[in-house]
Amino acid sequence: MSTHQIQLTINGRPQHATVEGRLTLSDFLRGDAGCTGVHVGCEHGVCGACTVMVDGNAVRSCLMLAVQADGCTVTTVEGLAAEDGTLHPVQQALRDEHGLQCGFCTPGIVMTLASLTAADNKAAPDKVMNALSGHICRCTGYQGIRRAARKLAGGAA
Amino acid sequence: MNAPEMLDTKTQTQAHAQATGYIGKRMARTEDARLLTGRGVYVDDVGLPGALQVAFHRSPIARGRIKSIDLSAARQLPGVYAVLTADDLARFKVDMLSFFLAAPVVPVPVLATDCVRHVGDPVAMVVAQDRYIAEDAAGLIVVDYDEEDPVVTLADAKTGPLVHPDADSNVAAATGNEDPDEDLEAQLANAPHLVTVEFEHQRISQSPMETRGVVSAPQGSGELTIYLSCQGPQLNARWFAQAFGMPQTAIRVISKDVGGSFGLKGQPWREEVAVVLASMLLKRPLKWIEDRLENLTSANQAREQEIKLRVAFDADGKLVASHADYGLNNGAYPQGADSNIAVMMFLWGAHKLPVFDFHARGWFTNTVGLAAYRGPWALESLAREVLLDRAARQIGLDPIEIRRRNLIRREDQPCTTPMGLELTDISPAECLDVLLEKIDVAAFRAEQAEARKQGRYLGLGFATYIEPTAGSTGIGVLMSESAHIRIEPTGKVSAVVSTHSQGHGTQTTMGQVIAERLGVRFEDVAVYEDDSSRGGYGSGAYGSRQAVAGGGACIRAADLLVDKIKRMAAYLLKVEPDAIVLGDSMIRALGDKEQVVSFRDLADIAYGEPERLPEGMDAGLEIQYRYRPPPITMTSAAHACIVEVDADTGFVKIKRWVTSEDCGNMINPAVVEGQIAGGLAQAIGEVLMEEVSFDARGNPTAVTYKDYMLPTIFDVPEFEYHHEASRPSIAEGGFRGVGEGGCIIGPPTLVNAIADALAPFGELKLEFPLTPSRLLAHIEGRREIAERAAPAESAPLPVPESARAASESASTVENLPAPSAPQEPVAASTAVQVDGEWKFVLSTPMGPQAFTGRMSTDGDQLTGVFIMNMDEAHFTGTVSGNQLKWDLKVTKPMKITLKYEAQIDGDKLTGKCKMGIFGSAKLVGERVST
Ligand code: FES
Ligand code: FES
Repeated sequence: MSTHQIQLTINGRPQHATVEGRLTLSDFLRGDAGCTGVHVGCEHGVCGACTVMVDGNAVRSCLMLAVQADGCTVTTVEGLAAEDGTLHPVQQALRDEHGLQCGFCTPGIVMTLASLTAADNKAAPDKVMNALSGHICRCTGYQGIRRAARKLAGGAA
Repeated sequence: MNAPEMLDTKTQTQAHAQATGYIGKRMARTEDARLLTGRGVYVDDVGLPGALQVAFHRSPIARGRIKSIDLSAARQLPGVYAVLTADDLARFKVDMLSFFLAAPVVPVPVLATDCVRHVGDPVAMVVAQDRYIAEDAAGLIVVDYDEEDPVVTLADAKTGPLVHPDADSNVAAATGNEDPDEDLEAQLANAPHLVTVEFEHQRISQSPMETRGVVSAPQGSGELTIYLSCQGPQLNARWFAQAFGMPQTAIRVISKDVGGSFGLKGQPWREEVAVVLASMLLKRPLKWIEDRLENLTSANQAREQEIKLRVAFDADGKLVASHADYGLNNGAYPQGADSNIAVMMFLWGAHKLPVFDFHARGWFTNTVGLAAYRGPWALESLAREVLLDRAARQIGLDPIEIRRRNLIRREDQPCTTPMGLELTDISPAECLDVLLEKIDVAAFRAEQAEARKQGRYLGLGFATYIEPTAGSTGIGVLMSESAHIRIEPTGKVSAVVSTHSQGHGTQTTMGQVIAERLGVRFEDVAVYEDDSSRGGYGSGAYGSRQAVAGGGACIRAADLLVDKIKRMAAYLLKVEPDAIVLGDSMIRALGDKEQVVSFRDLADIAYGEPERLPEGMDAGLEIQYRYRPPPITMTSAAHACIVEVDADTGFVKIKRWVTSEDCGNMINPAVVEGQIAGGLAQAIGEVLMEEVSFDARGNPTAVTYKDYMLPTIFDVPEFEYHHEASRPSIAEGGFRGVGEGGCIIGPPTLVNAIADALAPFGELKLEFPLTPSRLLAHIEGRREIAERAAPAESAPLPVPESARAASESASTVENLPAPSAPQEPVAASTAVQVDGEWKFVLSTPMGPQAFTGRMSTDGDQLTGVFIMNMDEAHFTGTVSGNQLKWDLKVTKPMKITLKYEAQIDGDKLTGKCKMGIFGSAKLVGERVST
């Protein structure tokens, strides 16, 4: 089994690790880096629960190897809220709109929305909805998720 | 319903705490703060020192004998700690149990022993330092099988070989009447209109986003800590305790955050048990997290059913009589062998139907077993509502009118259904009244007619239903819920409730109830429900019970605590108890000079200076209350949806969905609506896309989320909710359950809308799921019919002749089978010893029931007594040769006369018990002494 030295930034902190070539980024983030907010719902790229931001882009961490994240900046759901606990606008909107029940799909949805609705670069509503169609939520019927997304998206809904 | 109205519904003698208005408020959820920031603790987030990981090796065939297992390569792989098979676990005696904690009707092995009975049957388990290595090793295990032809479908089960060779047949469970009732058949045959629907329903995977998982940590003391993804830690701890023969207090089940369940995780099953046993064997903490492939192939599933429902109507479209024939695929190892009596109970639970009979069977097959799924009996609503729409078209009535003529209204109650269901406050008709205020049906029909002229197919579907929630009768594990509320010595309010959330938000809703009734700020109440070692027994999330049963327990416990606080504060502040008011987390004595004390002040005295308490008052400030709600709390609803079916692609677009329900007083409308929406999304998936499928060899063919399709944000419309039809229930707080309803009423609402849209193409063929390709085949096959038929001007639509003929041809009455020859009694001269002590097992729909009894004879007279749970039931009957007959009247769970017939052969007795509408149950007995 090949092993590799990697160095990356996770939620603002540098991390060095030796990883097997086959270790997925999701398993690395959960196990080695302790980011258990990264949820694994399918391991085959359909459910979106494992979505994190790699260099600012939403990425399915079950479909990426840890070694591929060498040198990257990774943000997980743990890295969004302010130090004092103030929720990120995406988190706040989902809370206000009852956009979650069991919360298992939630971290992935938060990361996709966060990547598309940053204050300086808000995507249009249809682009946001298209991105959300790559996330499966078995609990909510997407009602609150859609309301939150509309609030967060740029332009007219 | 607002809070003050809710308080009016109870006439409790004790004064209530000053309402702070939390009940009924759309409050943000407590849970969300941690779940949105990645700070929840799901089972895979638990890490323990020295923990090892488990992977299973599973059968690749549906049926066969295990000839040999070669574990050597797996054992040699570096990083592997152990590889175990059934032989290694044989030293433990485990009694697998159903959700009702009854013994299964066939033995359920933890790991496969000599044979495998479905693809995915766990054969061996690898314990390794990480999951990657465990899976590598599982792949190195070589099992040699003698493959046999499997029994896959319901049709196979009826004719194929026995799935369990020691069982009498492939019938896992049966209820109802095997022999057709001639009077009923005559009524069906002679009525002005006989309408039949007959269809199969596909198998569904509950598919919680978090799969199953367990971390088992054995301790030197013999205690076990089990972290479990489940529906309620209390029930699961009780299950393990009973299955393992251990004290429940020695087993601590912790279940903090759970990523959905929907019936799947109600009880532990084979894999969870295997992991716990292996951890005890190896004396190491072990973790198993199911992957999605395992979840779609080896986690128990639901809903694979068939039904033939026949209904006779009079000339005015009023119900005359009905019969249902029903089958349910139980798989090889169901979590409880089931013929789903609830389907029959609620099929005509809300309608004025004079006569009903049924025959229902659950069947064993070589497929993964049956578990619960949200509204396990939901097929009743689908069959009935689809049939009512067909009947409306056949009779020439409006679909709303046919419902109005047959639904039981509030003023018709109390009344009793043919199944013995006593109705007091159902309101589907009233929900429908409200619904029709929200939809302009005439305008829709005009739009529909106009659209059809342009080749666009719009449809409007309706359905009504009732849902039994918080059932607290007949099922021992579902009788009551407990709440323990404590003003801690610190002055903080904490509550331990036997509810449990897998997304339900009960930490929030129970907190709302307690805060309001105690007069404290919401944020000052901490609710705990995640650990079986705190608080008392409760089933957790089961049968839409938490608001009613858990909420009721919280109200009663809080009220008792308020009573104590008032008496204590009044005594200390020297005022009358009535002058004490609780609110805003403070205790005030009203009077000339207002006095204010805090909970901390009172707690200091209650715990630290109990001598200052009034005479006879116990120290401390804590209360535990166990609440048993009414036997059943009914929720009612009516839904409508509008669809457009694209005749070129077969694609269904849901344009509008309106709900109107009677859910009683709401604790948190956002949570109520969230439950409805979630159930409806699952209903949409069930009707349009979800299907667990198998090939002829029993191989699952939907094993990823690319083949098992779940609804996305584009498939689920925005729902409109109307709560105006709500009336408080008689349960404490006036709440009604809403957990399962959307998943029950959703399918018929959508199917009826699609059938309405495609009515120009003839009656919709009921093949589920209604995928675009199936709808397209229907449209293409019938296009000429549509082209010949005039565009519809108003509802109901005329059904084309060919379609009508097809639907009527399905209505022929089958020939009645000849009654079987009566059994010859053994000649009376043969001396048969009846008298003595016996032990019996009766196979009831709830699982086998064991009891003892005494019987004695005097000539041909029989007298006897059954003894069960310190309760005696006496009976008298007759003896003829070795044949015995007796009747036993019981009152629980309902008034019914049980008719027993048995024969004795030496020290053995076999027979059956006719349980009225519940059909017959097998009785076996064995003599203990003479
Ligand atoms: S776990 Fe990565 S997409 Fe499902
Ligand atoms: S909240 Fe449970 S899966 Fe989305």
